[in-house]
Parts: sequence; C-alpha cells; structure tokens
Amino acid sequence: MIDMQDVAYGYGAEPILSDLTLRLAPGSFHFLTGPSGAGKTTLLKLCYAELVPTGGHVSIFGENAAALDRDRIALTRQRIGVVHQDCEFLDHLTVRENIALPLMVAGRHGLGQEANLTELIAWVGLGARAEARPPELSGGERQRAALARAIIMDPDLILADEPTGNVDWEMSLRLLQLLTELNRMGKTVLIATHDLALIRAAKAQVQARVLRLAGGRLSAAGADL
Amino acid sequence: MSLVGDIIALVRGEAQADLVVPRSGQAAKLTVAVSGAMAFLAVFALALSLASGRLADRWSDALAQSSTIRLSAPAAELEAQTWTVLTVLEQTPGVDSARALSDDEQRALLEPWFGPDLPIGDLPVPRLIEVIETSDGYDADGLRQRLAAEAPGAVLDDHTRWRRPLVEAADRLRLLGWLALSLILASTAAMVTLAAQAALASNEQVIRVLRLVGARDSYIARAFVRRFTRRALSGAALGAGLGTIAIALLPRAAADGAFLTGLGFTGAGWLWPAAIPILAAVTAFWATRIAAFRTLKGLR
Ligand SMILES: Nc1ncnc2c1ncn2[C@@H]1O[C@H](COP(=O)(O)OP(=O)(O)OP(=O)(O)O)[C@@H](O)[C@H]1O
Ligand SMILES: [Mg+2]
Repeated sequence: MIDMQDVAYGYGAEPILSDLTLRLAPGSFHFLTGPSGAGKTTLLKLCYAELVPTGGHVSIFGENAAALDRDRIALTRQRIGVVHQDCEFLDHLTVRENIALPLMVAGRHGLGQEANLTELIAWVGLGARAEARPPELSGGERQRAALARAIIMDPDLILADEPTGNVDWEMSLRLLQLLTELNRMGKTVLIATHDLALIRAAKAQVQARVLRLAGGRLSAAGADL
Repeated sequence: MSLVGDIIALVRGEAQADLVVPRSGQAAKLTVAVSGAMAFLAVFALALSLASGRLADRWSDALAQSSTIRLSAPAAELEAQTWTVLTVLEQTPGVDSARALSDDEQRALLEPWFGPDLPIGDLPVPRLIEVIETSDGYDADGLRQRLAAEAPGAVLDDHTRWRRPLVEAADRLRLLGWLALSLILASTAAMVTLAAQAALASNEQVIRVLRLVGARDSYIARAFVRRFTRRALSGAALGAGLGTIAIALLPRAAADGAFLTGLGFTGAGWLWPAAIPILAAVTAFWATRIAAFRTLKGLR
C-alpha cells in the first residue's frame, strides 16, 4: 500500500522527519504515536500526497508519489480514506452531503448508495444531526462525520489522524470497533493517536503494530503497549 | 475529452455537483447584473448595425440608378448638341453608358400631366439623356464644366449623388455597431474572468477540501464554469429581452424609414437578439474555464 524509503521532510531548513522507512502491507493495522509536534500529521500527509518528501522515496499503491500529477493524486485519494486532524468540511452543505462528498466528486453519487449512506450516518451516531451544517457540530460529532466521510468510498487504505481526540471513551471504542471491523474486511488501517488506552483496547481486537515517532525517527513502541 | 464532458454536464445540469460551490457571493450577482446590462446594450448595437446596413443598402440602390441630363436648345441645334453631350459622356470616366430617351419614352414620362396625345415634336420640350454610372461614379463638377463649354443647353441633374456621403456614413455606422458589439463581448469576457477569479479565490478553502476528498481539477473547474455560464445566460437573456422590448416600443412614425424610426428589427431580424444570451453563455463558459484552470494550477 505505502512504502517509504529513507524519507526526509522539513517545512523549512530544519528536518521534521529523517531517514524514515515504513511499509504498510495490505491488510495491516498500525498505530502511530509520539509526542505532540513529532510529525505524525506530517507523516500522514506524505502518505496521501499532500506533501512531497524532500528526501527519499514514497510509493503509494506502487506509484512514486513525487511523480503523480494532479489528476493521479485525485484518483489516488479516492482510494484512501483520510480522517484529518482538523476535520475540514464544506460549511454550506449538510452533514449528510459532506459525508457523501467523496462519492459526489468521484461521480458515484446516487448509484444505490443512499441506503449505505443512511446506515453509515446512523452507525457513527449522527442520524439526528444529518441535516445540520458542520459549524453546528460539536468537536466529537465533527470527528465522527470525518470518519464517516473517510470510509464512504470503501477505500483500500484508511489513515486516521487523532480520530478519537474529542469523543468520550464509549464512542472511542465504537469508532475503534468500526475501524477494526474494516481491517478484518481487508482494509489497511493507520491511526495516529496519543491515546494509549485506545491502543491497548485495540490490541485485544486485532493484530496491531505500534510505531513511535520521536526525533524524526520511527521505532517500534515499548512492550507496555 | 474533458471539454466535451464539460459541455454535456452543462446541458444536462448536474444539480448535485453544482452544490459543491457555495451559491452566494458578490461575484455571482455581479455576473448576472453585468451580463444583463451588456446584453441590453448589445441589442442596441445590433439594431444599429442592422438598421444602418439596411439604410446603406437602400441608398446605394438609389445611387445605382441613373442621373439625367436635360438638354434645352433650339430645335435646329438639338440634334447636334445631343451628339455632343453623348460624345462628352462617352469620354467621361465613371460613366457606364448614356443614351437619349426616344420621343415615345419622353411622351410616356409627360403623359401623366399632359395626356396621351401630346405632339412632342412641336413643343420645346427638353431632350432627356439618361446616364448610368459605374460603381465608382464620375466627377460631377468636371462633367458640368465640360458640358457648359461644349453644350451650353445641357444641365446635369444628379439628384441622387448627395446621398453618396450618407451611404458612406451608414456603412461606417454599421461597422461601428459591430465594433461596439465586439467591445461589449470582450468586456463581458473580461468581467466574467474577474468574477470567476474572485469566486475561486474566495473559495480557496472549499477547493482544498474538495481536493482532499479526491476531486479532480476538472471537476472543480466544471462546478464554477456551470455556475458562471448559467448566470451569464440568465442575465443576458433578461437584458436582451428588455432591450428587444425597448426597441419594439420605439415609435415608428415614417413608413419610409427615416433613420431613427428605422432603428429596429425587421422580419427574421427579430431572432437576432436571441443570439445574444447564447453568445454571452459561450463567452462566460470559455472565460470561466480558462480562469478556473489557471487559478487551480496556481493553488497548491
Ligand atoms: N505547514 C507547516 N509549516 C511549518 N511548520 C509546520 C507546518 N505544519 C506543521 N509544522 C511543524 O512541524 C512539526 C510537526 O507537525 P505535525 O503536525 O506533523 O505534528 P504532530 O505529531 O501531528 O503533532 P500533534 O500530535 O500535536 O498533532 C511541528 O513542529 C509543527 O509546528
Ligand atoms: Mg497531528
């Protein structure tokens, strides 16, 4: 799915990531943890071609990320479900329309997806808020809407950046369960999170590898996780 | 090709996809208003062109008609002077042909006044010589001077010649009308380009979200193109409609078409204003499309 070789990235002269190697095999489940500002979001952005590495090589679905043109990037993103940390939406659309947005832009809206959409919205607990506008949502509701939007396209790869940052424990477990369920169906999942309890809970459900990002480098997390 | 897709999408009107761009905005209202005003003006420019074209045609038809030379001379000299005049005319550049009217033709001309039995040979009726000129025309003053010297009884009557500068003016006016139309079209294109650029710039966040969820630039551009094309079309339809009504309501006093009252459309000409909204839509389509792709290319 994703292959990173000796990747380096820096917004300015100072590198955030260096000599980073990562392979997300199909069907794998990874957690990415590390202190705030370590570069977790930056790493995810490299995975969906929002950023281009300043050094090394990133391959996405077997294609060199640096060589993708705009159209290829768009098509690649249609295969990757991303829960962005800042959960940006189109504020002039309803929650339901926002969740359906990836279908719309891919020209797949209305192809017998209505039932799926309704079911998914109910699943993330937004049934009552489907016709609201995103600015009217709470932080946790936004995250759930973002997760629903990320998986509506039935993507091969799911990248979630702090998907449970604003929700209560019970909802966290529910979202985690949804992600582990998808993983069992064969999806590749990468979750960036600070929430160690969530990681422990996940380990009871799936075979998950936990990676720790610190000082610009990746390492396997300690045995306590 | 994506252009074909754009046009199909435009005609089919994918309401769903239109949603992704916020509806409101100054740029939107501006587009409708300016397209309307421009279309209104365009109707008048069009009417001006068509009317001055008609005028020029009518007047140049009249120009193509002959002028006449009236020759009054004592009966004894008449024949000789007629020959002199015809010879002079033959030598005059710009004269296509010339001939003296026969007695029968002259009688026919006078019949309305004097009845059919006029003994024309006994009366001092001037001889009429018909002059057909070439399209370039002849030098009337020069001809007049030669006639005065060689056939003093000849008077050149070129009553239609004064129209020549008017025909030129009408032709020029027609040209100006088309020029005004092109300027209106160009201004519309420039305005739509600016409005589209403003809309794209103020929707930068929308564009970023659309890209994050996998929208291709052609999809994003299409949403804007559809918006602006529809706005230009509806604004221009309104403006052209009002302009046409205003023209239809112009008083038309003189049936023979004095210039101002002739400013209008005739027959199938009334269909011309219908082309204006279509032209506006085509212009907006291209202006927005070019602006959108250029702006999107610049947005990282
Ligand atoms: N657009 C940017 N321009 C410049 N610096 C940036 C930019 N985005 C992030 N950074 C810096 O890069 C570093 C890594 O940021 P990143 O968002 O990847 O961290 P993170 O691990 O996701 O942090 P958190 O856990 O708080 O979300 C931070 O020091 C941040 O200030
Ligand atoms: Mg982050």
